[in-house]
Amino acid sequence: MTLDEILASLFPNGRKLETTDTTIAGQAILPDGRPIHVLGVIKGQPLGVDEAITLAGRVIEIVKSGDRAPILILVDSASQRMSKRDELLGLSEYLSHLAKALLLAEAEGHRTIGLLYGGSAAGAFIATALAAATLVALPGAQPAVMDLPSMARVTKLSIDVLKAKAEATPVFAPGLDNMVLSGGIHVVWDETAPLAPQLAAVLQRPRGQDERSRLGAERGGRRKAAEIADRVIALAAAAHGRAQHG
Amino acid sequence: MSQVAANTVSLSWYEASARQRIDALVDAGSFSEFIGPELREISPHLSIFDLPEQFDDGIVVGRGRLDGTPVLIAAQEGRFMGGAFGEVHGAKLTGLLRAAHALKEDVLILFDTGGVRLQEANAGELAIAEIMRAVIEARRAGINVVGLIGGRAGCYGGGSLIAGTCSRLIISEQGRLSVSGPEVIETNRGIEEFDSRDRALVWRTMGGKHRYLIGAADVFVDDEALAFRRAAIDALKMHGRCDVAVLEAEQARLARRLQRFGEAEDAVEIWQTLGIGSPTDLPALPTGAFLRAANDRETADDAR
Repeated sequence: MTLDEILASLFPNGRKLETTDTTIAGQAILPDGRPIHVLGVIKGQPLGVDEAITLAGRVIEIVKSGDRAPILILVDSASQRMSKRDELLGLSEYLSHLAKALLLAEAEGHRTIGLLYGGSAAGAFIATALAAATLVALPGAQPAVMDLPSMARVTKLSIDVLKAKAEATPVFAPGLDNMVLSGGIHVVWDETAPLAPQLAAVLQRPRGQDERSRLGAERGGRRKAAEIADRVIALAAAAHGRAQHG
Repeated sequence: MSQVAANTVSLSWYEASARQRIDALVDAGSFSEFIGPELREISPHLSIFDLPEQFDDGIVVGRGRLDGTPVLIAAQEGRFMGGAFGEVHGAKLTGLLRAAHALKEDVLILFDTGGVRLQEANAGELAIAEIMRAVIEARRAGINVVGLIGGRAGCYGGGSLIAGTCSRLIISEQGRLSVSGPEVIETNRGIEEFDSRDRALVWRTMGGKHRYLIGAADVFVDDEALAFRRAAIDALKMHGRCDVAVLEAEQARLARRLQRFGEAEDAVEIWQTLGIGSPTDLPALPTGAFLRAANDRETADDAR
């Protein structure tokens, strides 16, 4: 689906959105008449210091408005911008700042939903889609940490060998199915049905804890993470208890 | 009241292992590890690539005391898989941060990482996202999460994004903080954009001195375990909160940085704009002289 088709299917009741070469921002109307904020990184562009500060500023404005309306983050990006200028200026802080702004918005009462409808990779993926409370995707989305050719260079394995290994495990290779199995994506929407009710269903889910490692265990793509984290929590609590009573 | 004693032997942070760093950082004999190497919780994925596992998966997590105060600690081992985040490695840190929130105890993260471990990239990437969320949830409950950067592998990729969520960052000259590594930029954009073999360029673009000068790190220390210890004790006296006011201040701080330095072609130009007298001499300055020269640096107090 193109971005225009997605927006038309999501917001048949109206929307007022402005797009630039790399970002989108504005508001739309939900089926029940309530407003929803929309922002995102679009057109497969990389996310650098300039885009990140713009988007974060928009999120902070929304939080300060106090309207507690949901925020939809649309994502079709490349990776972080790999340039001398971005790193010289401290890109890690800008990407973290954007992620923090989204986490802050959620903590301050805004539902945050990421919609991955194209590509995204590495730092750009972490700072946008993966910072949302709930991440959904459309078929054809292409999340990645690194593309296979680059991965082949770093791991010194041929692409054919990597492809063969990717058949055996969802843990490393790029792709939507693997990210779903690992628990990173809550649900893949049906693009043949209207998107507005599918968004409404996500918005009706109760607020909760980070459930991604539990989903990864249930789906078999990430069997150990939830168990290891829970064991560390229990061991820390026991050590804390011993210190209190010792 | 037990005696607070630190290990006083001189130790290079850069050269030390993760376990040596923890021993030198905390009060002597106070550290106890969670899921230690004797439990052999190895990566379930490295054997697919015929790569050797390590019994702690390259990260040590546990609890100790710092100047008498209980603190949770994670230390990455840069000499195993470049300190990279895999499924088990990441989950140990996620658990530690969730415990910090529940128990109201501060956290020290001793970064030494190239980022996500590519052999388990999806699990590593999700671990980064889970860790960042856990850091912010802990900080919103008032917990300090302090990052220490000065290891062999630097603090790259997803590790640098986690560092960006910390309430305070301590860095040495040897510490490098950056999303894309030098080789990645060169591979993607060409040697004209970034020559990864030009070590001086790497250090002045990503190294501890530059990061301290632009306010990307809060404290600059010698490459000495005791210096990191003293700085960590001070950092835990701050407050770790992360609210609208803090993020608004960070927004202003980062926007100001783009305005002030956004046109600079090289770190030396930024240092010049900061009013440093002979900026080209800066990389060679010893710590005392560097800190005096850095007097008018950008800071991030209450804006991180």
